[in-house]
Amino acid sequence: MMALKVKRIEMGTVLDHLPPGTAPKIMRILDIDPTETTLLVAINVESSKMGRKDILKIEGKILSEEEANKVALVAPNATVNIVRDYSVAEKFQVKPPERVEGFLRCPNPNCITNDEREPVNTVFIRESREPLEYRCRYCERTVREDHIRELIRPS
Amino acid sequence: MSSFANRDVISVRDFTRRELEELLSNAEEMERVYERGGDDRLSGKILATLFFSPSTRTRLSFESAMHRLGGDVISLGGKEAASTAKGENLADTVRTVEHYCDVIVLRHPKEGAARLAAELTDVPVINAGDGANQHPTQTFLDLYTIMKEKGRIGGLRIGLLGDLKYGRTVHSLAYALALFGARIHLISPEELRMPSHILAELERIGAKVEEHRDLEEILPDLDVLYVTRIQREMFPDPEEFERVKGSYKVTRDLIEEHAQSDLAILHPLPRVDEIEPEVDELPQARYFDQVRNGVIVRMALLDLILGGE
Ligand SMILES: [Zn+2]
Repeated sequence: MMALKVKRIEMGTVLDHLPPGTAPKIMRILDIDPTETTLLVAINVESSKMGRKDILKIEGKILSEEEANKVALVAPNATVNIVRDYSVAEKFQVKPPERVEGFLRCPNPNCITNDEREPVNTVFIRESREPLEYRCRYCERTVREDHIRELIRPS
Repeated sequence: MSSFANRDVISVRDFTRRELEELLSNAEEMERVYERGGDDRLSGKILATLFFSPSTRTRLSFESAMHRLGGDVISLGGKEAASTAKGENLADTVRTVEHYCDVIVLRHPKEGAARLAAELTDVPVINAGDGANQHPTQTFLDLYTIMKEKGRIGGLRIGLLGDLKYGRTVHSLAYALALFGARIHLISPEELRMPSHILAELERIGAKVEEHRDLEEILPDLDVLYVTRIQREMFPDPEEFERVKGSYKVTRDLIEEHAQSDLAILHPLPRVDEIEPEVDELPQARYFDQVRNGVIVRMALLDLILGGE
C-alpha cells in the first residue's frame, strides 16, 4: 500500500477524524475561500479509528476554538491540531457550540427566517447534547444531529 | 420591580415557574379590579394590536383588558393588515408602529414573527399567536383557570384530550403544567398523538406524563379535562384531516357516568363538535369562565409590563 504523502505545514490548522466526504461541507462552515487559502484536503482515506475519514489542512490560518467548534455540527469526533513552526502546538477535540448563527437554514418553511423580505439571520440554540439537538430561536422547531448536515447553507 | 416590567412575552419557554406564579398572583388582584369595573392605572398608555392573521376573540380580549385599566388602544387588523403585509415587511411595520404605542400585541401567520418583532423594537411585544408556534397568553389564562378552579396546579391529574399533534395550545400548556408539577394524561387517537420531540422535552424537564387512547378509562381519575378542537387549517394533508375529524367527543352521558363531580372541563374555544352542547349545563363545564379569565390574565400581564414605572 502506498503511504499517503501529505506535506507538513509550517503554520496552520489540521482538522482530523472528519467523517468521509464531509471536508467540502466543513470548508463551507468555516467560510474558507479555496481561491485564497492553501489547502490540503484528503477525502475518504483509511483510518484505524474510523475506517474511513477526511482530513483538512489549512495553511496559514489558526482557527480559534470557537470557530473550530462549528465543525462539531457535522463532525462530532473531529480533532483540531494547531500547528506552529512545523509542530503541533495545541490539540483539542471539538465541542458542539451553544449558539449557531447564520449558516444553518431552518427546516420549517413557515419560519420567519425563510421569508426573504425580512432582515433576519437564523439563530439556533443548543437544546441537548445527547442526542445533539438545536432549536430555532424564532419558530422553536428543533433539529437533530442526523438532520443538521442537510441544513447547511451553500456559501 | 416586577420581572415582567417592559418585557417581551413571546414563548412560554421563556418563563420560570416563579415568574408564572407572579403573574397568577397579580391576576388574583386584577380579579378585584375587574369586579369593580376597572380603574385607570394605565391611563396615558397606548396598546397597538397588529393582527396579520385574524382572531377577533383574542384581539377583543386584549383591547378589553387595556380599556379596563384606563389605557388606549390602536389597531391594525383585517384588510389594512393584509394590504400592509403585501407591500411592507413585518420588520418595517413594527419599527414604524413602535413610535405610536407603549406595547405591541402581534398575531402573524409566520412562526417566529413575534421574536423577530421583539428584537427589532424597543417597546415590549406580546405574542398573540405566531403561526402554529406559540400563543403564550392562552397558556397563562389556562393556568389561571386551573388555579382558580382547583386552588393549585401541582399534583393535579390533568387530562389533555384531542389533537395533541397539531394543537399548539396543548404543547405550551403541557410544558407549563410540567413546570408546576402536575400529572399530565395525554388522551388522543393514535394519529393525533403528542409529537415525540415534545414528549422528549417534557421528559427532559421531569414531567410526569402518561398516554392514553381511551377517555372513558382515565376520566374517573381526572381533576381537569382540557379539550381541544381539530383545526382543519393546521393539517398539512386534507385527507389526514378527513380521517380524524370527529374522532373524539365529550358527551353528557360520558361525564355523568365516569367523571368526578368536581371535574373541571376546559376548552380554549371556539369549539366545533368535540363537546356536546348538553355538556354546557353540567357543573363540570367551566369553559365559558375561561373567557372571562382571559381578560383578567391579560389585564394582569399589561399591568406588570407597563405599570410601576
Ligand atoms: Zn425556524
